[in-house]
Amino acid sequence: MAVQDFRTCSITGLKVHLPAQNLIIVNAVAAVVLLLIGGLAAAGVALTRLPAVHLLPADWFYRFLTLHGIAMLIAWIIFFEMAGLYLGATVLLNARIAAPKMAWLQFILMLVGTLLIAAMILTGQADVLFTSYPPLKASPIYYLGVILFAVGALIGCFVFFGTLAKARKEGTYPHGSFPLVTFGLACAAIIAVVTLLHGAAIYIPALLWSLGLIGMDESTYRLVWWGLGHPSQQINVAAMISVWYLLGTLTVSMKPINQKLCRTAFVLYVLFINVASEHHILVDPVFSSAHKIWNTGYVMHLAVLASMIHALAVPAGIEVALRKKGFTSGLFEWLKKAPWSNPAFSAMMLSIFIFGFMGGITGVIFGSEQVNITAHNTWRITGHFHSTVVGGTTLAFMGITYYVLPLIFRREVLGMGFARLQPWFFGIGTILMGGGMMLAGAYGVPRRHWDIVNFGGSPFSFAWDPTVYMWLGVFGIGALLAILGGAIYVLVTVLTIFFGKKLA
Amino acid sequence: MSISVPEKVWWKPIDKEEKIWLALALIWMLISFVWMPIYHFIGKQNPSSESYKAPRGQFEQLANDFIQKYQVKDANGAPVVMNDIPVVHPPAGGDAYLVGAGWKWTPVLELEKGKTYRIHLGSYDFQHGLSIYPLNINYMVIPNQDYVITVTPTTSGEFPIICNEFCGIGHHTMVGKIIVK
Ligand code: HEM
Ligand SMILES: [Cu+2]
Ligand SMILES: [Cu+2]
Repeated sequence: MAVQDFRTCSITGLKVHLPAQNLIIVNAVAAVVLLLIGGLAAAGVALTRLPAVHLLPADWFYRFLTLHGIAMLIAWIIFFEMAGLYLGATVLLNARIAAPKMAWLQFILMLVGTLLIAAMILTGQADVLFTSYPPLKASPIYYLGVILFAVGALIGCFVFFGTLAKARKEGTYPHGSFPLVTFGLACAAIIAVVTLLHGAAIYIPALLWSLGLIGMDESTYRLVWWGLGHPSQQINVAAMISVWYLLGTLTVSMKPINQKLCRTAFVLYVLFINVASEHHILVDPVFSSAHKIWNTGYVMHLAVLASMIHALAVPAGIEVALRKKGFTSGLFEWLKKAPWSNPAFSAMMLSIFIFGFMGGITGVIFGSEQVNITAHNTWRITGHFHSTVVGGTTLAFMGITYYVLPLIFRREVLGMGFARLQPWFFGIGTILMGGGMMLAGAYGVPRRHWDIVNFGGSPFSFAWDPTVYMWLGVFGIGALLAILGGAIYVLVTVLTIFFGKKLA
Repeated sequence: MSISVPEKVWWKPIDKEEKIWLALALIWMLISFVWMPIYHFIGKQNPSSESYKAPRGQFEQLANDFIQKYQVKDANGAPVVMNDIPVVHPPAGGDAYLVGAGWKWTPVLELEKGKTYRIHLGSYDFQHGLSIYPLNINYMVIPNQDYVITVTPTTSGEFPIICNEFCGIGHHTMVGKIIVK
């Protein structure tokens, strides 16, 4: 073993493989830059949807919305997940990264893919939103960009698996079982491989179709596309829960209450969560109700059961750890005396709360056959997934950043006072934004719509229940708070990387 | 710790509290699992299972024939339009067509309260989202598909419809109307 390849972390005592560290750094930096871009687009989109401001013209609104979806849901999250996979496979196992050159190829492909996609969107050659439902057609380069990005991510998953196999063979850790966090990430990576294969099954035909080489059936596209779109969100769920376990350990020395239970729950995700993808096409033609109910009802509940297990295991683990520190009086002393001044801790707690109570529950409800009739394509859906993927996943990733900065970038976090407020702005902002969207959506306010007041001058009259405007106001306040929280996060991270005090 | 290798044997029995929670969760899962199909039978509003493959041209032809046949005429026998969109009164209890295309909903359907209609939804350009207000009922309208929803209006009045699936730059101008008499 070449000794100079490793450094020993002075804080955790873990061994860090330097080539792996570089890969974690570049992927994390790309993620944060894309969060910034997605955030700027979010500001444009949110301020346009507020009738009082109505900032952007129609074409730029849809363009910004396409950019926002791609930069956030695809680029920010998956770049960050790549950093997380490399961290979970190397640092936690004292291992070296397998095939670092392939890992760099992952990074380069994903970066080139992102640049191609962004260039197409911003030059008006991909006004199709991130679902690109045919016959809306983008330039072939757009689909090519998505394919390059996906191939990169697939390579990243295989580098991760290779690293696990190599660590096991070289015996870098005591015996057979991975730490829980690595186990959870491995489940996320397995789901990712399945997802990316679906991605190939739809984006390769879409590329050929945009080149005029083949035809494309609209309903088939929807079915296969959601075979990609649905499980891709389950990668995020599995990765986010792994990050919760990681944050629990780092912030309060939490132990999993029962390894068997937690690991079984992750396995349930792998087995069942991919199946429920038809909840996106519940009000589509083609499939019968029997088919849709089987797909979204029967098997899906086994995946929901897995979430219920984590919903007990994570908070219980945190409570037990804090009670062990001596906060035992009454029911809630542990919660009161918890390390709230640590932004990573407050980010984790808010993420658990928002994902569980707002995102998860509304997801199960809106995914049922009858409710879906009143939710499909309304702002209820947008409110739901801003609670899962923004308040849940994004906030958890922001929380772990406050450890990645000192441990991997080896810089002391700059502006800790601002960092302490950041999760609260972002979390409360997301609650108000998501809540406002869902409540306005309950009146039928559509998603992806430039003008819900005058309908671009349509001669037919349309007037909302006035309550809608109140919920739009709540949405607006939340959106501004969340944007502020996001801006503080990007600023703190960037300033820390460049100017933070160097740690030994 | 979640970040270190667990003890050698981690397959251990679970505690009582966890068992109780698991049982409760399972019961809840079972209830919501059976509730969805049950509600399909006792509920009054469901997605339809009836749809047909209908190539664009063919669907356009059927819809145009329907409009010509049943368009409402005024006292002088001139066809009635509303904002340039034909107003159509389909036979009570019969078939009707509602097309989302060209950033318009065509025609303006005039239905009778308490009568049941089979409304054929379709498009011959992009994908659209039919959203009926204020009920907030939403169905996908997809090219090359004839999606048949069976509807019995129970309240009279005028019901605006909008599009909630992005269909290009004119998407937000798509407002139409269903009239129930
Ligand atoms: C900084 C806070 C954010 C704000 C203020 C914000 C605001 C919005 C708004 C107003 C919409 C659009 C609505 C519409 O017209 O239907 C939207 C859509 C969306 N947002 Fe966000 N967002 C934020 C953060 C995020 C993050 C972090 C993610 C993902 C990780 C995300 C993912 C999405 C997606 C996937 C869509 C749907 C795009 C589509 O319908 O095509 N957002 N967001
Ligand atoms: Cu889904
Ligand atoms: Cu539309």
